[in-house]
Formats: sequence, C-alpha cells, structure tokens
Amino acid sequence: MAHALEIEGLVKEYRRGQPVLKGINLRIGGSGVTAIIGPSGTGKSTLLRCINRLIDPTQGAIWLNVEGRRTDLSTLRGRALRASRRQIGMVFQEYNLVERLTVMENLLTGRLGYVSAWDAWRRKFPPQDVQNAFALLDTVGLGDFANQRADALSGGQRQRVGIARALMQRPQVLLADEPTSSLDPKTSVEIMSLLREQGRAQGIPVIVNIHDVELARRFADRLVGMSGGQVVYDGDAAGLSDAKLKQIYGGEDWLS
Amino acid sequence: MSGATLSSGRISTPFRASALARGVSGALLVYTVYALSQLNFSWPRFVSGLDRGAHLLARMFPPDMTKGDILWTGMVESMQMAVLASVLGIVISLPLGLLGARNLMPQPVTWLARAVVAACRSLHPVIVAIFFVKAVGFGAMAGILALMVGSIGFIGKLFAEAIEEISPKQVEAVRATGASFANVILFGVAPQVLSRFVGFATYQLDSNLRNSTMVGIVGAGGIGGALFSAFQRFDYGFVCTILATIVLIIVLGELLTNQLKKVFHV
Amino acid sequence: MSEAVLSSLPRLAPTQQRIWQRFTPLQRMLRLMVWMAIVAAIVQSARHVEIIPEFLYDAPEQMGDLLSRMWPPDATHYPQTVHAALMETLHIASLGTLLSLVFAVPLGLLVATNLTRNRLVNLVARILLVSSRSVNSLVWALLFLAVFGPGPLAGTLAIGFRSIGFVGKLLGEAIEQAPRGPIEALEAAGAGWFARIGYGYWPQVKPAFWSIVLLRWDINVRESAVLGLVGAGGIGMVLDTAMNLFQWDRVATVLLAVFAVVVVAEVVVTQVRKRVL
Repeated sequence: MAHALEIEGLVKEYRRGQPVLKGINLRIGGSGVTAIIGPSGTGKSTLLRCINRLIDPTQGAIWLNVEGRRTDLSTLRGRALRASRRQIGMVFQEYNLVERLTVMENLLTGRLGYVSAWDAWRRKFPPQDVQNAFALLDTVGLGDFANQRADALSGGQRQRVGIARALMQRPQVLLADEPTSSLDPKTSVEIMSLLREQGRAQGIPVIVNIHDVELARRFADRLVGMSGGQVVYDGDAAGLSDAKLKQIYGGEDWLS
Repeated sequence: MSGATLSSGRISTPFRASALARGVSGALLVYTVYALSQLNFSWPRFVSGLDRGAHLLARMFPPDMTKGDILWTGMVESMQMAVLASVLGIVISLPLGLLGARNLMPQPVTWLARAVVAACRSLHPVIVAIFFVKAVGFGAMAGILALMVGSIGFIGKLFAEAIEEISPKQVEAVRATGASFANVILFGVAPQVLSRFVGFATYQLDSNLRNSTMVGIVGAGGIGGALFSAFQRFDYGFVCTILATIVLIIVLGELLTNQLKKVFHV
Repeated sequence: MSEAVLSSLPRLAPTQQRIWQRFTPLQRMLRLMVWMAIVAAIVQSARHVEIIPEFLYDAPEQMGDLLSRMWPPDATHYPQTVHAALMETLHIASLGTLLSLVFAVPLGLLVATNLTRNRLVNLVARILLVSSRSVNSLVWALLFLAVFGPGPLAGTLAIGFRSIGFVGKLLGEAIEQAPRGPIEALEAAGAGWFARIGYGYWPQVKPAFWSIVLLRWDINVRESAVLGLVGAGGIGMVLDTAMNLFQWDRVATVLLAVFAVVVVAEVVVTQVRKRVL
C-alpha cells in the first residue's frame, strides 16, 4: 500500500545558495506518530509548512496519496491546491485560533474548504458538520465550551480546539508544528497523548515537530532526526542513542 | 541631613524638564508672538470685538422659535444627506480598504487603492462640495456626493491600516484548511477588524452629520443654507435656534451610534 | 479511513441533535431590528432627496468644461497673492491649535472620570466639549465674523474653539486609559491632585497628547484653508475672489497650493511621529 505522504528530494532556499532544506526524502504512512526532532533553525518548521504549501518549496516533490490518487503537492495552484489542503490538517505552536470567534466557529473553520462564502457568512454549515463538531468537542474534553469566545480559553484548551479544528477537516494527514512549545509540562503530555490517540482513532499518520526529546521518545512510534537541513536519523525511540542525539543537536551539557 | 551632603553640594531635581522639552516650549512661545504680529492682532480691536460679542449674545437670546418649518426641513435634509453619504461611503470603502491592505494584495493594486483614498482625503469637503454644485447643481445631491468622497477618504484609509495590523497567524491557520480567498477574509480577517470598522463607520456617520451643516453654506443642501442666510440677515435669534438644534441632534446621534455598537457586539 | 471512523459516530435523531446558534433569540431580534431600521433610514432618505436627472447627465460635461478652464494654472498669481495668504492660513491653523490647548487641557482633565470624581463637573465639561465639536469651524467663523469683523482674527478663534472639543475629548479618553499603578503609588505617598497630574498622569499621557495635538494641527491646516470663503482670512479669501471672478486658472493655482501645503503638513506630522513619539 502506498504511503499517505511521500517526500522526494525536497529542497528549500530562502536565499540563493543557502538552502535550509537540503534534499529531504521521507515516506510517511500508517496511523502512528512520527516525531521530527532537531535544533532550532534546522528546517523542521519549513519542512512541515512545505507539505501544505504555506511555504513554497524550491525543488522536489511531495506526493499525497488519497483514495488511490497520487498528487504532487508542490506543483498545485489555485483551486487544486486548496482542495488538497483540505486533506491536510495542521496544529500550530501558538494555536492560531481566531480569537474573536467562538469555539464552535473555530471548529467549523475546519470545514471552510467545503462551504461557499455566502453560507459561511450566514454560518449555515451542513447539520452533520455541526454534530461532528459537538462530538469532537466531547472527545477533546471541551463539550461545554461551544459558545465561549476563543480568547477566553487557557493555552491547553486552545490547543485542544486547534486539534479539533484540524480533525474537522477529516484529513488524511495531521501535521503539528511544535504543538506543545507554549504549554506547561503536564498539558504538553495531555496534548501529545490526544494527538496520538486521535491519529490511531482516525487511522491517519500524525507528523509532529518537537524539540522536547523526552516527549518525542515517549509518544512517537517513529523518530526523524534533522540536522543542518538533512535527515540524519530515521527509526524508533530505542535506536536513538546518546551518540546519535549528540550528532543531531551538538554539545553535551544538555544531555545529562 | 539633606541631599546636599550626599551629592557633593549639588542638588538636582529628578523631574527637570529635558533640554528638548524646554526648547520646544520656548520655540512655541516665540512662534505665538510672531504669528500674532503677522495676523495684525491689535488689542483695541479685540476689546471692541468683545463688546460686540456681548451684544451678539444678547440678540441671540431668546432664540427665535417661529420658523419651525424651515428648521425642520433643513434638519431633515441634513440628516438624510448624512445617512446616504455614510452608507455610500461605507459601501465603497469596504472593498477599497481591502484592496489597499499591503498584507493581502500585491503592490500595484494597493498603491492604486491608496492613491484613490488619499485623493479623496486631500480636498476639504466644502471645496469638493463647490465642485459638485457646479457639476450636478444646487441641492442635496451635491452635498451627498461631497460627503461621500470625504467618507471614503477617512474610512478607506483607516480600514486599510486596520487590516494591515491583524495577526497573520490566525489568517495562516484559516488558509491551511483549504478555504477559498473569500472564506479566509470572512473567517480570518473580518473577525479581527470588524469592531474597529464599526467604530470608524459610526464616527464617520456623526462626522457627516456635522459636516452636512457646513456644505449647505455653499449651496449643497441641508440646514447650512438657512443658517448662512440667517447670519446675512443678522437674524441672530434664529441662528441660536439652529445651532442649538444642531448640537442636540448631534448629541442624540452619538448616543444612538453607541447603542448601535453595543448591538453589533463591538 | 477517517471517513469510516467519523461516520460510525451515532447519528442522532433530529430531536436529539444539539443545536448551535451563533446568537441568542433576543440578540437575533435586536440585530434584525437594527438592520431594518438602517434600511428604513436609507430608503426614506433616498426617496426624499431631489435628484434632477438632467443635471446628473450633463455632470461629466460640466466637469470637463470646468477642468479645461482650470488648466493651465496661473503661475504668476502665486508670488503675488497666494503665498502671503498661504502663510496666513498656516498661522491661523497653528495659532488656533495652540489657543485651543488653553481650554482643552483643563476641560480634558475635568472630563476624565478617573481624575475628576465629581459627576456634575464631568457632565458640564462633556457638554462644553460636545458643543464645541458639534459646531463646524466654518460656523464658528461666521459667529466670530459677526463679532470681530472680517479677517484672520475671526478665523483663528474659529479654529481654536472648534479644536477645544476634539483635543479635550481625546485627552480625556487618554487619561482614562492611563494605567492605575503609578497613580496609586503617588496617592499612597500622599501626593495632592496637582502632583498626581504632573508626575502621575502627564508622563503617561504625554505621547498621546502630542499625537492628538499634531493630528488636530494637520486637520486644522485643511480647515483653515476654507475659512476664507466666508471672509475669515487665509487662502480661502483668494479662492473666493477668484471663483467670483470666474478666474478658473487662478482657482487651480490656489487649489494646487493648498494641496501642496496639506501634503507637506502630513509629511511633517508623520516624520515627527516617527522620530519623537
């Protein structure tokens, strides 16, 4: 079976001759959590944002396999790009909720790729979407918060809404860009646990950028270590030795 | 014990105005004197003016209540002009402001939109009214068009600036769901700027109400015409009535728009 | 795969479905009423406004005729008359703004509810400020013309009195938004009313204050230009003369000069804001 996401030779240069991503090759499928670890500036966020084209790659191909159809995301534009973006859900480091809208409206934002502007303005979403939204809110533990404004929520609660919003798209792949960096340790564990559980429940792969190696080891089925814009480790938690970590992050003091 | 012994004999005050502040104050003072001389200010003239002013106030009271119908038609026309000018201005400023937002639109488009808005702002409504009177004749139509141009200049500029100040992260998240451009605007941009937009729109409505009295002086409709002719006839009793009515209507207008803002949740 | 999982969620019968509404019924009623009132106001206004179609149709022709008479602008007119009048206009604007501060600052202090606790004083101050704002500078000019006769004195006072309301209101709002912390500290140390203003409110409000004053000066430059149309001095008088004599090329010169001054004023204001505020 083809993998849900296949990245081939991905290169990204923000400035000529200074590539941030130097040829990434990855195949991601199944329904587990893949954690991408590495120091800041090594291109983890760039990699994720190239997948859903929030950033445009300079070179390379990103294949998305949906229902037997294979599309190269890097070449899409306009309506086709938006149609493919619907298949990819994203969770952000700073939650990126629309603060002045309610929780329910934020969830329904996930369905904006499917409704017309006229319906969106009048907030006329298909009733099944609304029911799914309520069900998802219950799943993430925020059943009573549907009509609260998003800026009234705590960090952990906002991230749950962010995850629910991404899941509302019924995506084939779930991306998470440092979802726990703005959260306290206990909430971080809850969020990672939620991501893993929902990935398994929906049967989709979850790709998480994370800089907390312990969290990555605990929750990820597969670890991808990046350094200097390239993949230097691709395997499970057991194989991630201290030597490998030193190669990825450099320096020793933080390891003890 | 005093501060003097602590700091080797010199006492400094912590709140001494900086050299810049003192320089500016001095410059302003000098300027005032200079400008007064340029304008041929003469004290005797001022004093005799005060005397005439007292007479004027005496003639304004009691206010003339007899010309109710002129007052009524004039005020109603002013209010209608303000409403139509504001509505037209808002309707045009919405897309124009959107086009002028540099974080949403490409450069040539924003440059053009901003140029149009700047042109609308640059001329005073009275001058614009004079031109419209020449173009479409005396009456409310000229006034409405003139006030509409002024509204576009105000709302369009502030609206574009408000859009440029929004958080790009919220917009990014909405784009990531595959939403169309219109939906991104509706769910990503609009919630962030709506309250400020309503604020600008209501302010402009009040402002147009005030300015509608002014364009009447050059013949563009509204109570301004009656006011100007009252001045020319030295009918100060009626002037007082008109002014009092204007102030009253504007205060009511402000109260009304405050309630409007509350209903729209801003 | 995810479709299969989501569709396996229990499909609730319509009566059991949870309903989501963005606004409560009361809010919806209010919003509907407001929309209807707005539409009624628009329709009512549109019906009564006299639109004479003939005038609208030949409007472009009239404008074209006017513009052709205005071009080329009369350049010789500038040094003779326009320049002096332009300077006079600037003086009217600047003096008027400075004059307004004399009344605007005390009224602004009195209208701020956190600074002046006496509700009656607040109300009186607000009424004065609103009255000052509600009357156009042009109408103030008419009043002062009746008192002081034609000339820039009437214009300066008109600008000044109009600006009191603007500066006073915004100053009051800026004071009300000042954070309480430093003020409380001063109160705790036993500072009196004036001390609190001078050391507590003034430093915090200073940037906003100068920003407001600059903004008002910018607006006043524009307003001063038209006061002359009713005889209150400045470039408006030159404009009025030229229009009455149908010397459209001179009108063009005046308008261009006004435009140039307004642009320069805006640039000055932007630069000052960038560097100092």
